[in-house]
Amino acid sequence: MSRPIRILVAKAGLDGHDRGAKVVAAGLRDAGMEVIYTGLHQTPEQIAEAAVQEDVEVVGISSLAGAHMTLFTRVLELLKEAGAGHIMVVGGGIISEDDIVGLEKRGVAKLFGPGTELPVIVDWIVKAVDAQRAEAAKE
Amino acid sequence: MTYDLAEKLVNGDRLALAKAITLVENRAHGHEDILEECFRNRKPAVRIGLTGAPGSGKSTLVNAMIKLLRAEGKTIGVVAVDPTSPFTGGALLGDRVRITTSESDEGVFIRSMASRGAVGGIAEATDDVAVLFEASGKEYVLIETVGVGQAEVDVAASADTTVLVLTPEAGDSVQTLKAGLMEVADVFAINKSDRPGAERMALDIRSMLEMRASEKGWTPPIICMSAIRGEKVDELIDEIAKHREHLASCTSAADRERTYLVVKLKRAVERMLKNDLWRGPDGSALEKIADDIADGTTTPYAAARQILDRYRARSGQGE
Amino acid sequence: MTKKPPDKDYDAAKKKWEDELASPKCRQMHDRFETISFREIKPLYTPEDLGHEVPEDYMDELGFPGQHPYTRGVHPTMYRGRTWTMRQFSGFGTAKDTNKRYKYILEQGGTGLSVAFDMPTIMGYDSDHKRSEGEVGKCGVAVSSLADMETLFDGIPLDKVSTSMTINGPAAILWAFYIAVGEKQGVSSDKLRGTIQNDILKEYIAQKSWIFPPRPSMRLITDIIAYAADNVPQWNTISISGYHIREAGSTAVQELAFTLADGFAYVEAGIEAGLDVDKFAPRLAFFFDAHSDFFEEIAKFRAARRIWAKRMKNKYGAKDPHSWTLRFHTQTAGCSLTAQQPENNITRTAFQALSAVLGGTQSLHTNSMDETLALPTEKAVKIALRTQQIILDETAAASTIDPLAGSYFVEKLTDEMEEAAEEYFRRIDELGGVIPAIEKGFPQREIADAAYRFQRALESGKRVMVGINKYFEPGEKVTIDLLKIDPRVDEECRENLRSLRESRDNKKVKQTLAALKKAAEGTDNLMPKILDAVRAYATLGEIVDTLKSVFGEYIETPIF
Repeated sequence: MSRPIRILVAKAGLDGHDRGAKVVAAGLRDAGMEVIYTGLHQTPEQIAEAAVQEDVEVVGISSLAGAHMTLFTRVLELLKEAGAGHIMVVGGGIISEDDIVGLEKRGVAKLFGPGTELPVIVDWIVKAVDAQRAEAAKE
Repeated sequence: MTYDLAEKLVNGDRLALAKAITLVENRAHGHEDILEECFRNRKPAVRIGLTGAPGSGKSTLVNAMIKLLRAEGKTIGVVAVDPTSPFTGGALLGDRVRITTSESDEGVFIRSMASRGAVGGIAEATDDVAVLFEASGKEYVLIETVGVGQAEVDVAASADTTVLVLTPEAGDSVQTLKAGLMEVADVFAINKSDRPGAERMALDIRSMLEMRASEKGWTPPIICMSAIRGEKVDELIDEIAKHREHLASCTSAADRERTYLVVKLKRAVERMLKNDLWRGPDGSALEKIADDIADGTTTPYAAARQILDRYRARSGQGE
Repeated sequence: MTKKPPDKDYDAAKKKWEDELASPKCRQMHDRFETISFREIKPLYTPEDLGHEVPEDYMDELGFPGQHPYTRGVHPTMYRGRTWTMRQFSGFGTAKDTNKRYKYILEQGGTGLSVAFDMPTIMGYDSDHKRSEGEVGKCGVAVSSLADMETLFDGIPLDKVSTSMTINGPAAILWAFYIAVGEKQGVSSDKLRGTIQNDILKEYIAQKSWIFPPRPSMRLITDIIAYAADNVPQWNTISISGYHIREAGSTAVQELAFTLADGFAYVEAGIEAGLDVDKFAPRLAFFFDAHSDFFEEIAKFRAARRIWAKRMKNKYGAKDPHSWTLRFHTQTAGCSLTAQQPENNITRTAFQALSAVLGGTQSLHTNSMDETLALPTEKAVKIALRTQQIILDETAAASTIDPLAGSYFVEKLTDEMEEAAEEYFRRIDELGGVIPAIEKGFPQREIADAAYRFQRALESGKRVMVGINKYFEPGEKVTIDLLKIDPRVDEECRENLRSLRESRDNKKVKQTLAALKKAAEGTDNLMPKILDAVRAYATLGEIVDTLKSVFGEYIETPIF
């Protein structure tokens, strides 16, 4: 049996809307992943540091208060600075199409818009991590 | 590559420490080399186990202890263990939420671990993580587990000092506390003691402790405290220090280290043996043997002897 | 069908209602209300209109409008006398930007303002705090000091408007800003009208915008209640909110039960603080969600009024009928909206708004179709407002009082809602009350379970969201216009604060903050001290930090 996927689920920014983050975290757990949940109101610095310490393969960030451009970009920068640029960053929340394109250009691996169903998220992460592990095994 | 990792870890590289923990946790290829290297470079830390029911406030207590220890300039490694779901193999690890270290503090390293039930050996894994923390220079290692199963009790018990965290809500049930849990406690922390029932609970524990002979000359202290308000946390840390002094007074540091190393050795041997055994042809032949037992051709005992004999012969040939 | 003569109570109550209706203070807006086909519509229909006998429990469970237990409505005339307030929540960017929008609203004939603050303000951070980065002015207006509040209400006389402020953790401080603006305009505090949300319990349960732990937060709330009773008597001191509980994924029953339980907790806190229940209970208001299950929502609103009235009268011994009436604001369900095919949201919102009107709401906010994507554009806001106007002026749904009374389905649902809520009250009591229940994570767990169950039901197809799991259009591109917040807002707010910190009397700021700290350590009412600091132009963040140094901060245990 392959080892479980380790993923950090973080609620970035000051708003407290954690329904989405928690439903996704519970869904990923039920899909057999080890989910590290950071709780609310996380700064990009806290998210990046937790991702490094926990040596996760994926960071999932939920943002609903419109600060996603600042927050996601900063997390990507900080991970790179820490030498952990290999960690995949995905996200979800109230993010417009324009911003999704912009963030994916900056290096966010995938953004899930409002109304995305859990199995879609699970499938995407499983496939992406499999690919990443296969890549790492080659090296 | 693994040597690099160990070297970086010893030099304080956080990323290397994180990666080494992953390798050890997965028992991945090369993890033994890293452990060996780290073991040579370790300086024994103060190992504290914290256990208690869900909701007793262990993480909050860890947070409060970190604040105090950091104020004294101590460096700390934390490993927080949560159970893996036996049905899905997944786990939700939420202990970080309550641990609010300042974001740029390099003196603290927190790692969440799932117990990964069937894989077993969680006590050994956390113990090995402690070795990695020690090699990276951490002076304190806090191991936090939910005190619900034997595995978790083992985790806590392998620390130098074990703190059992209780809340007054459990007041009526001190009598029914899981057998074995009371016994592992070197210090009792009654958290959320501003709530009614704390005093009574302390009395209950006290009378239970009096009923059993105090072993090794140490009577576990009972501290009524509040982790969230940071009340009496300093007292708890003092009691932990006293417990260490007590240990030092009745056995020499070298003896304790020796006892600890023997446990480690045994665990390592058992795990390696197990891996070796089931990795061989008998691992794959298990189904066939199971069939034989099921249809009465053989018994589990006879089969076990047979497997072991074959294993010895196989190892003998290898020499 | 046999016809039994109605009993004495019924006759007396009916007479009382008819007298009220005829009195000059209950003037109705039209002499005659009629259907679109010109048939007359009476103010109220009862079993008598069908020639049915009046059920024995009619007076206990339904009664007449404006009378205990208020199931049929809180006013004798309901919308025939006064329509609900169409109160659209707004705020964005700097205080200056929002001031312009407010003036526009007032020019259009509005008399009520509803302030949306940005996340840093809600969490008690100044615009120039590191944690505010990227969030200033995004979800509402940034207000960090009295100076910002002066700008926000520049040219708006506070004795002429009623202002609702959605603020909780730092409610005392924002309210003090408002009172101080009144002082500067020469409007004494007894003339100020409005509402602060100030409902901290639902923050721990659902909305998660807290600052301090529950117990000191409750103290701030009772301080506000006491201060208002003496100095700002026309102010609604708490808007006890189910909206956020529902949006976090609760069921209708959970929304009802946890909201009312919170309400009772505030009443108990007030009584414990030594206040006369009839002195503060009339200033408590409610705020509910209107979700998509049409009849269940109507039953929820009716049950809420009944439960509140019965308990206030019987359990808390309130004597003033104003203490018995549950008045509420409603917002349509943001969580029911979809980013996919956003125009469908107009339809959803219309049905939800209609349920709020049929349920007897006192004011209503209708969501705009683009709110799952960004703050609403002006056009989307206008459509949302027009939706309310269509309900009022075209559907005639507001022309008779409590039109669904007597429906077998709605009456049964109302009874069931009440029973299920009572069951939750019992469980909360067993846990020792609302705050211990919150500390044990009880409501949080109930809500998380309900949210996860709904998500699963959606995925299995048992629940349908049009455009999401049925009738979806793969590859759809959203084509509506979205509002963008000018990036200069951040900079401008920081600059304002910088010059404020330079120009004010910093010695006075220090003194007033020290006095506040001392008061916080004791038990005196904190409002006068907060007002002193505010008048000296201490900022929101400075005041919050002072209180944090005494009260600590709240960290929740997440519950899945």
